[in-house]
Amino acid sequence: MSRPIVFENVSILGEQQAHLVVDGGEIDEIVTDGHVNTPAGAIVINAEGLIALPGLVDLHTHLREPGREDAETIESGSRSAARGGFTAVHAMANTTPVADTAGVVEQVWSRGREVGLVDVFPVGAVTVGLGGTQLSEMGAMANSRARVRVFSDDGKCVHDPVIMRRALEYAKTFDAVIAQHAQDPRLTEGAQMHEGIVSAELGLAGWPAVAEESIIARDVLLAGHVGSRLHVCHVSTAGSVEIIRWAKSRGIKVTAEVMPHHLLLTDESVRGYDPRFKVNPPLRTQEDVDAVRAGLADGTIDIVATDHAPHPDEDKDCEWGAAAMGMIGLETALGIVQKTMVDSGLLTWAQVAQALSTVPAQIGRVDDVHGRPLAKGEPANIVLVDPQDNWTVDPSATASRSNNSPFGGVELPGRAVATFLRGVPTHLAARFEGAFA
Amino acid sequence: MKHLLTTKDLSREDAIRILDTAGQMAATQEREIRKLPTLRGKTVVNLFFEDSTRTRISFEAAAKRLSADVINFSAKGSSVSKGESLKDTALTLQAMGADAVVVRHWASGAAERLATSGWIHGSVLNAGDGTHQHPTQALLDAYTMRRHLVESPGAAGLDGLRVAIVGDILHSRVAGSNGYLLNTLGAHVSIVAPPTLLPVGITARPELEVFYTLDDALDAHEYDAIMMLRVQRERMTGGGAAFFPSPEEYSRMYGLDAARMARLPQHAIVMHPGPMNRGLEISAEAADSPRSVIVEQVSNGVAVRMAALYLLLAGEEAAA
Amino acid sequence: MTGTILGAPDISRALKRIAHEIVERNDGAASVMLLGIPTRGLPLAHRLADALAAIEPAFSPAERTGALDITMYRDDLHKQPTRSIGTTTLPAEGIDDSVVVLVDDVFHTGRTIRAALDAISDLGRPSAVQLAVLVDRGHRELPIRADFVGKNIPTSRSERVDVHLAEIDGEDAVILRRGEDA
Repeated sequence: MSRPIVFENVSILGEQQAHLVVDGGEIDEIVTDGHVNTPAGAIVINAEGLIALPGLVDLHTHLREPGREDAETIESGSRSAARGGFTAVHAMANTTPVADTAGVVEQVWSRGREVGLVDVFPVGAVTVGLGGTQLSEMGAMANSRARVRVFSDDGKCVHDPVIMRRALEYAKTFDAVIAQHAQDPRLTEGAQMHEGIVSAELGLAGWPAVAEESIIARDVLLAGHVGSRLHVCHVSTAGSVEIIRWAKSRGIKVTAEVMPHHLLLTDESVRGYDPRFKVNPPLRTQEDVDAVRAGLADGTIDIVATDHAPHPDEDKDCEWGAAAMGMIGLETALGIVQKTMVDSGLLTWAQVAQALSTVPAQIGRVDDVHGRPLAKGEPANIVLVDPQDNWTVDPSATASRSNNSPFGGVELPGRAVATFLRGVPTHLAARFEGAFA
Repeated sequence: MKHLLTTKDLSREDAIRILDTAGQMAATQEREIRKLPTLRGKTVVNLFFEDSTRTRISFEAAAKRLSADVINFSAKGSSVSKGESLKDTALTLQAMGADAVVVRHWASGAAERLATSGWIHGSVLNAGDGTHQHPTQALLDAYTMRRHLVESPGAAGLDGLRVAIVGDILHSRVAGSNGYLLNTLGAHVSIVAPPTLLPVGITARPELEVFYTLDDALDAHEYDAIMMLRVQRERMTGGGAAFFPSPEEYSRMYGLDAARMARLPQHAIVMHPGPMNRGLEISAEAADSPRSVIVEQVSNGVAVRMAALYLLLAGEEAAA
Repeated sequence: MTGTILGAPDISRALKRIAHEIVERNDGAASVMLLGIPTRGLPLAHRLADALAAIEPAFSPAERTGALDITMYRDDLHKQPTRSIGTTTLPAEGIDDSVVVLVDDVFHTGRTIRAALDAISDLGRPSAVQLAVLVDRGHRELPIRADFVGKNIPTSRSERVDVHLAEIDGEDAVILRRGEDA
């Protein structure tokens, strides 16, 4: 059992100064009027200037285990997540073997528990082998110890409309959600980057925005028709935001996520052909970046997820056409959200807690334990953020096994300095290590 | 000039310098002894990830005429079958002491990656990267046009000339390089292609006038030069990538036949980067007519590539 | 001694004398071809050609004068920024079996002439090659000598000899200057 902790003068959700007491894996007290009953043996932390948020929940991560342990393992990914302020991650199903059976999801889930740094919630595949033709045994996965509530073929699109319809209908059985990677495969054959002015200049095959938007349009209509929940992964275009806004206005049960890199980078970064900027969906135009920021600010886009996608060096240290798509992002997500959304006044820290913790937990149906309010009796899944801890990103200094971050050299304004999973510290910045020694 | 990667970054001054130097090189090729000692001791590697006997031979001839040593490295592997990585190949060449690497690759941007990655220290000459650029082709095209269409070619550009480029613009690195270079040299460029073979981003290039059929283009202007691009039959058919219904329809609407050739002014020249599909994008009559400079383009290619190698390797920048 | 070593009249006399020497040495000008080395060797070659024609009217300057650009034969290309290549123009009948007289303004290390000899050997097979220079400033680095010299000017290594010609510089003069690192 871990020692009790008192966080003095911390800002709860950036709104109210208080002393936060954690004991027995729960939040014991939140004291706003000065006097704290310090439990025996408690570690007292001066948290002046820091912000307390519920532990972050990533609805979209790739942990690569089983199959690609050269790029990442559940352990290294969990470590990276904890550093980023996360207490829960949803591990996508495109592993080798694919997570389309109870056996594989239980393996991932129990390994996550064994490592014990974040709660790993496996995502189950929608179709067998991600092949897009046959539904996977969602029931078996939902009823397994992994308790799968999110199903996704992410990496690939469920493009057959009949399969997508069936999946949406069947998921209702388990109160699960289908998370769609919206990419019409025929419109994006061989695509390398966003189709536009830059792709014409660089001679790279284009990935048109319409390939994302047309699938989202179809899927929201299907979800509305059958009355199911739909979650749209990595929204990247202005058109996608508009379609989702329309769908919500119609009462369709759609939720959406945006990735930090789509909040910050445009297709101009592709000039120079550095494959660290190669990602799916691709970096878009400034108009698209502005639209997704506005969408996140007004709630059309519900959450931020990382799509943390580790790749070994040889898959990025090559010519663009041969490179893999994806970026690591667990440790830079919070800083980028602060830089693009909080410091620009588009979101408050309380809204960041909603977008990065509360709502993802609700969508993933893990909100009994994660994304909880910071209140007495709630599980002590907490992250302390220092919004003034200016730092420069060094891709090789990450806990992830891979270094494929496009943000090398970028200055971020703040980061998580301490993460607690049920009251146990899973990440501590240097300044706190002594206190917990 | 350390590398020659695109014509987009080539200033007018540098472009004309290359053309003028090519003229001097061409003059030496008229002599009995066509070899010069200028690049003696330099090693030029032809690194070809895509088959192209013609271009490779052209570069090989150019390097050898300047007394450079030539190593031909035909790399295995493609986007489908991964062979040795570009990085490892480059490191091997660096170990062999390559002063210049002439690279042709299926991936757009490969030449730039080679030049900026730090894997090799020599000069990089882009001999065609994916669907991006093929700068020496555009330079030899400009050299050919200047020879035929400009009164005093020395130190001159192509100001005021009207050029039409016809064909699969979307996938053509020849069009990519010509589009920028011709504009830099002062020519007016018309692009002729069906909308399916035009890049979406072409609307951001107001200097290129776009026509959807060859007859429309011929109606609009008198051209000094018309450049026909090779059509790839694999792209044509319906189904698959479905860029165009059929080769026959393409030939009817975009092919340069005798009738269309007759609509060109007397002095106009007919060009093609080769290899030609006789009867598809260009009729035999057009290809063999006295206005065709297609064969001359090939010999000009050697002179232009000699000039490029000289300018990249002979001066103190290369020794650094 | 610094300043103007030769003025216009001196240069004119030197060229006339060289022309006579060429004729004397070669038993007439019938077999002579003049090749000027750009930049300033070229106008000097033309002036010599006119002087030869004055001595032997049968000598046709237009048919027997040319330019020899040696840029591509230099051994020091890698020590400077890339040089532009000049034009080589040979007399119509070629240089085989003729006496080629190379013409240059300043004769210094001899490397320019070494390059010129290599260039000539790629262009044909003259029966002989001779060298006419306006100024010989010494400091040879190769065993090459001039056949016809306008003026010998002993110099120190740090000094510079600049030749000005009316066709290019607007005046005729040979100027000796102190070097920067004197």
